[in-house]
Amino acid sequence: MAKNSLGREIPAQWRGRTLDPYLDPWNKKPEVLRATRPLVRRSPGDSKLLPSLRAALEKCELRDGMNISTHHHLRNGDLLLNMLVKEMDAMGLRDMGIASSSVHAVHAEIIPYIRKGVITRIETGVNGLIGEMVSRGELNCSVIVRSHGGRARSLVTGEVEVDAAFIAAPCCDITGNMNGVHGPSACGSLGYAYTDARYAKKVIAVTDNLVRYPASPISISQSDVDYVVQIESLGDPRKIVSTTTRITRDPAGLLIAKYAAEVIEASGLLKDGFSFQTGAGGTSLAVADNIRRKMAAGQIKGSFGCGGITGYFVDMLEQGYFETLFDVQCFDLNAVDSMRRNAGHREISADLYASPFNRGSVVNMLDCVILGATEVDVDFNVNVNTESSGYLLHNTGGHCDTAAGAKLAIVVAPSIRGRLPIVRNAVTTVTTPGETVDVIVTERGICIADKHVDLKKELLRRNLPVKDIRQFHEEITQITGIPKPVEFDDEIVALIEYRDGSIIDVVRRVRE
Amino acid sequence: MKLRRSLLYVPGNMPGMLQNIPVFEADGVMIDLEDAVPLQEKDAARLLTRNFLRFFQNRNKEMFVRINPLDTPYAASDLQEILPALPDGIRLPKADNPEIVERLDTLLTEQEEKLHLEIGYFKIIPSIESAQGVLNCVETAKASSRIVALAFGAEDYTASMEIDRTKTGEELFSARTRVVWAAKAAGVQVIDTIFSDVNDMEALRAETVLVKRLGFTGKSLVNPRQIEVVHDVFRPTPEEIENAVEVMEAIKRAREMGTGVISLRGKMVDAPVVTRAARTLRSAIAFGMIEYALSDEVIHGEK
Repeated sequence: MAKNSLGREIPAQWRGRTLDPYLDPWNKKPEVLRATRPLVRRSPGDSKLLPSLRAALEKCELRDGMNISTHHHLRNGDLLLNMLVKEMDAMGLRDMGIASSSVHAVHAEIIPYIRKGVITRIETGVNGLIGEMVSRGELNCSVIVRSHGGRARSLVTGEVEVDAAFIAAPCCDITGNMNGVHGPSACGSLGYAYTDARYAKKVIAVTDNLVRYPASPISISQSDVDYVVQIESLGDPRKIVSTTTRITRDPAGLLIAKYAAEVIEASGLLKDGFSFQTGAGGTSLAVADNIRRKMAAGQIKGSFGCGGITGYFVDMLEQGYFETLFDVQCFDLNAVDSMRRNAGHREISADLYASPFNRGSVVNMLDCVILGATEVDVDFNVNVNTESSGYLLHNTGGHCDTAAGAKLAIVVAPSIRGRLPIVRNAVTTVTTPGETVDVIVTERGICIADKHVDLKKELLRRNLPVKDIRQFHEEITQITGIPKPVEFDDEIVALIEYRDGSIIDVVRRVRE
Repeated sequence: MKLRRSLLYVPGNMPGMLQNIPVFEADGVMIDLEDAVPLQEKDAARLLTRNFLRFFQNRNKEMFVRINPLDTPYAASDLQEILPALPDGIRLPKADNPEIVERLDTLLTEQEEKLHLEIGYFKIIPSIESAQGVLNCVETAKASSRIVALAFGAEDYTASMEIDRTKTGEELFSARTRVVWAAKAAGVQVIDTIFSDVNDMEALRAETVLVKRLGFTGKSLVNPRQIEVVHDVFRPTPEEIENAVEVMEAIKRAREMGTGVISLRGKMVDAPVVTRAARTLRSAIAFGMIEYALSDEVIHGEK
């Protein structure tokens, strides 16, 4: 057991894998060639159409111990992963790995199949019940949490081999050309699936909307697709891209947003060419709203917005605040609609978006990103994976990728959540290292990393409540008291991979 | 004189909201023990309010408590519980006549003696919120030297008038005007009523513009989201600030020359002009719009 540079205990090996402890955000370099996949020749008249998922699974010659993947663009409306797991069980497959881009609450249906041994590995972060049960030691299933960029990296380097990628395709033709913008299950961007299409051993397009050749526009092309399966429905349209995207009405949230916007303005980054990413939460949208008003007042024309795209960003594109949106996933139907009709709204892959191991990703060009947190600590480390209960409940998303890439990474969070302080002496789990976090904004105070001397001065000049993070921690705990720490067993149930593949933290079993 | 542009009501029985009081940028907060608190929670609200006031040591805003009306059985306990925790003052509901204010004044004096505080420590903001209150407010405003502002309460006022309150507020015009007269004549500030639709910021802005024009110096608020709009309306414009600075500089030169009157670009600068300029500058300083050292000597001349 060794400590990584953040003081987290990392074992030398975990379930057969040798672990590389996290050192810093910048210096780990790729030492391999790109992974590859077999070439195939298709002749005119060859059909890729298969009658069922079962036929596709058989055609892929899956054996015990292999990995399959799906994408999570259908979010909580996704039916595909559950169907695949049930089929694999029916075929008698065991010890399979899920290397999807994320696992959502809707996938709690696979829990019985984890118990049964059909699934023993999840090569991605998990949202909801599966993570909680893993944390309690109730499921025997290895979980490796990866960021969006980190997942793309792990496929490109071959660290994770996907034997069969099943890509839910809302619009698809018989050769496998596909897009996400048409059809009853339209989800917009297929950004997470691009990497699977390029690197999986077999690629199967699964569609509920088989259109006459050629499907257009082409997001993922026929030259990457092995088989096409038509099924009745990919998902529940009411739950696809159903994130409610509304600006918060909570006065504390609005105050946080106001402060965050002032920080951005004070940083000097808010000028022509400004680039920006924010999430779909109510406070994040309120930050975007403040920024839009400041851009309007200063007649500032931004360059691009990126990440998960909401209708709010679409409006900013259409009103000329940004020239381009780089969309790796759509959060609402306005975003889907915009991608269909606006050439400035570009679909990009998770690799292009955020991978640390390519020749430069979009996050490197970001001026500012607004991020959330379940906890932060006095060293500016951020947790988004576990909650104060110790349970693994959330995937990383692009959190650590954008923090590393952006010039200014701002975490917005209420100072007290429920009855717990958001600032801790040490976070339960490190998702994003403090070295890459610049500012923490709460309704009670703004904490700035030491390196930003000028920004701190400017914020003080503007009479904003700048506070030293350690003093701020004390201030909040005077209100909340110091929570009793969660107790953990030694057993490690999940790894938190940093975007470069080193291990930034582990999740241990919670002692009940 | 303290700025009281925004006085925010916070229900005394809501710990989550009390806890956020330090955070919001209102000039003052009025913790409510009266209308927002149901009868069965009067005691709990009193204790929560007392504990919060004790906890809130480094105050960044004025803290008032709206007690229950003096003719209810709750008022005495409210005062007894709250005053030792040192609020800055009391918002007195149903101040229908000067005698009610005088009674509160006496109660406050008794407590101040008991707590060894200087007499006059606790301030009073009487609420003028009935037809009778409006008729008597000229005298009420002068009933105690503790009064720092008169407040107008339109909800109870319209009820007492048996009329509906509208968003445009024509029905309030005469009452508002009289309350402003009473306050100005007594030399105290004057706070307008709440605006209850917390989602209609445009109507809030329109009403605030109106009452500022009538002479109100601030407004009671029911939601922190309203603070920004109200401050924005009461914020002096850059031109007003520039003009005020010029006036102050001119009168400074005048005082140095031993006179209290001077001409600035053809216009006479004398005491009322200087007072107005000083008010603008105080407000601008409070908004963080300028840094300026105001001197009483310059404003009022040598004593």
